[in-house]
Amino acid sequence: MSAYKPLGGRILTPAFLFFAVVFLISLYFMVERFTDGMGAVANINGGFPWGIWVVYDVIIGTGLACGGYALAFTVYIFNKGKYHPLVRPALLASLAGYALGGFGAIFDMGRWWQFYNILLPWNWNFNSVMLEVGLCVSLYIIVLIIEFSPAFLEKIGATGLLKVLDKTLFFFIALGVLLPTMHQSSLGSMLIIMGYKVDPLWQVLQFQPLLAVLTAIIMGYSIVIFEASLARVGFGGKDETPLLAVLGKVSVWLMVAFLVIRFGVLAAQGKIGLIFAGDFASLMFIIETILFVAPAIIIASPSLNKSPGKLLIAAVSMLFAGALYRFDAFLFTYDPGPGFSYFPSAPEIMVTLGVISFEIMAYLVVVKTLPVLHRSEHA
Amino acid sequence: MERRDFLKGALGTGAAAVVCGASSGSAEARPNLEANGEAVGMLYDSTLCVGCKACVTACKNINGMEPIFRNGDEAYDAAADLSGQTLNVIKIYKDGKATVKDAEQDGFAFEKRSCMHCVDPGCVSACPVTALKQQAKTGIVIYDPDACIGCRTCMTACPYNVPQFQYDKAFGKIAKCQMCNQKGVERIDNGMMTGCAEACPTGATLFGTRDALLAEAKRRMELKPGDIYNYPRGDVRKPDSYHEKPVPTYKNHIWGEKEAGGTNVMHISSVSFDKLGMPPLEERSYASISEGVQHTLYSYLALPAVALAGLTFLVKRNTDGDDKGGES
Repeated sequence: MSAYKPLGGRILTPAFLFFAVVFLISLYFMVERFTDGMGAVANINGGFPWGIWVVYDVIIGTGLACGGYALAFTVYIFNKGKYHPLVRPALLASLAGYALGGFGAIFDMGRWWQFYNILLPWNWNFNSVMLEVGLCVSLYIIVLIIEFSPAFLEKIGATGLLKVLDKTLFFFIALGVLLPTMHQSSLGSMLIIMGYKVDPLWQVLQFQPLLAVLTAIIMGYSIVIFEASLARVGFGGKDETPLLAVLGKVSVWLMVAFLVIRFGVLAAQGKIGLIFAGDFASLMFIIETILFVAPAIIIASPSLNKSPGKLLIAAVSMLFAGALYRFDAFLFTYDPGPGFSYFPSAPEIMVTLGVISFEIMAYLVVVKTLPVLHRSEHA
Repeated sequence: MERRDFLKGALGTGAAAVVCGASSGSAEARPNLEANGEAVGMLYDSTLCVGCKACVTACKNINGMEPIFRNGDEAYDAAADLSGQTLNVIKIYKDGKATVKDAEQDGFAFEKRSCMHCVDPGCVSACPVTALKQQAKTGIVIYDPDACIGCRTCMTACPYNVPQFQYDKAFGKIAKCQMCNQKGVERIDNGMMTGCAEACPTGATLFGTRDALLAEAKRRMELKPGDIYNYPRGDVRKPDSYHEKPVPTYKNHIWGEKEAGGTNVMHISSVSFDKLGMPPLEERSYASISEGVQHTLYSYLALPAVALAGLTFLVKRNTDGDDKGGES
């Protein structure tokens, strides 16, 4: 019998209603986008074709949804298998994040009614990084549904299907590690062809995929720590701090690797001086670096790692570090040349907040109705 | 959780990062695509342009696009830049008093903005659904709205910010110059020249093959400033007229001969190109670097297939002993 149990309780809490209101307001602008065109709602333009709908909802949103990926990575290394208490909530958060990333992608697609063209092999351009991202993300959403389906199947008591799934799940877990490695690294590769538009401190050309996949795993571990800590505060349950601290320690190594590679490449490309140029890009670079270094110091110091509070602070810093790295590269320091500027419009921000609200609402409903959280001690 | 587990975890993740790093670090990028001398192109000589914008009007007429009016003045198309309804535009460089034509200081100069029809186009490389294609014979970068999903990756990948999405329409598409050779227009296939080159009264926009245009551009670089040169008009291979004019002091730079692999639309000028708003490009095309990384990682899906086999083995081995593992 599974140790996962639905939380139960009321769905229509004040928090839920707040998110529902935000979502309903955003719905108005979502409709307007389809009736009047994207320009009626968003400030994207000829030089900045990608605003927050792509950069936050898809590029950062899927990065923040890498908890399932990072844990799947850990599952076979730590030899914990499917009974790991953190797996299901992480998979649910990943599914929510990726599903809405997929929704965001279609929503942001200028010719959305032809979206199926990317699924037709005779259209495929194998030189295109975007093709890899599009196909790989679509496939991964299906894999996430399969990985998460035991929670639903247990609920409806489909024991026959569960047995079949149990025998084949190892293959989907393997896919669940491979696919995000592919498309999360490709999100970095997309920067290569943008060339000079990407600030020199972020334009590391061939090293883009490596840095991108490292930030994906770092963001994945930090979101698992973040969500487990929040779930414990919000819903009670077992204190997973020792387990989370180990994930934190792995993240420290990843952040060290990230920083060493990044500074190494910048040194090799002769760009170290740009860090101290004193302009906007150098400021953002320094803030990013602090956000990466601070959690590494917090977690690595032996006196601090037993504290759930400090671990949570470290996780939040890591989340911001990874998100800011992507924001900076794709948007904040992105410069298509003179005459272009971009700042998101209020309706544009509202749509993104609506998407996030929907994601949180879906998460809350599912953990209350399906066996997702591990309740072995406080059932 | 044991220390041993942690070390194994760190090692495993480190190894994965090294594999990924080695493959991306050693990525053998392909060289730039080669220029096709017989491809059709244009040569824009900024010093010949008088800013009449006859090319803008001709372009809109041929491509069925509405003019843009500003301040109630409907005499001229006042398009300020490329957009969903403008495929070609004449912009102006001004400095100080802006009194002397083609002078960098206290002068002004005209600059044409339209698709450069790259030899190694970023938009073609980046488009996931092959909606942008380079015609083999003409070298023209054409757009197929029936394939396009509107992801706008082409816009991010174009060093000249040429492709423009029609944000103001509920069912917009990408707008870009297709050298008047798109389906339904097909001027080049029918032996005609581009609308802008045909309309240009001074020969500032010259039509021809890349080789012929490059030869003409090089010829002008060799001329002595102040000498009289007989400037052709229309198609450089069979000009429909000439006019005589003193030679200006050209910058010794043919934009598009080499930039990012070269372009089939080339520019020459007396004002340096960074002042005219051209991007900071080197000779290597970003498309070639991007494709090099992509093909190293995904050639025949060999690397992902090997990785999947290894991962499947590891996951199978580690999940078989699952029940005894439980939780720590």
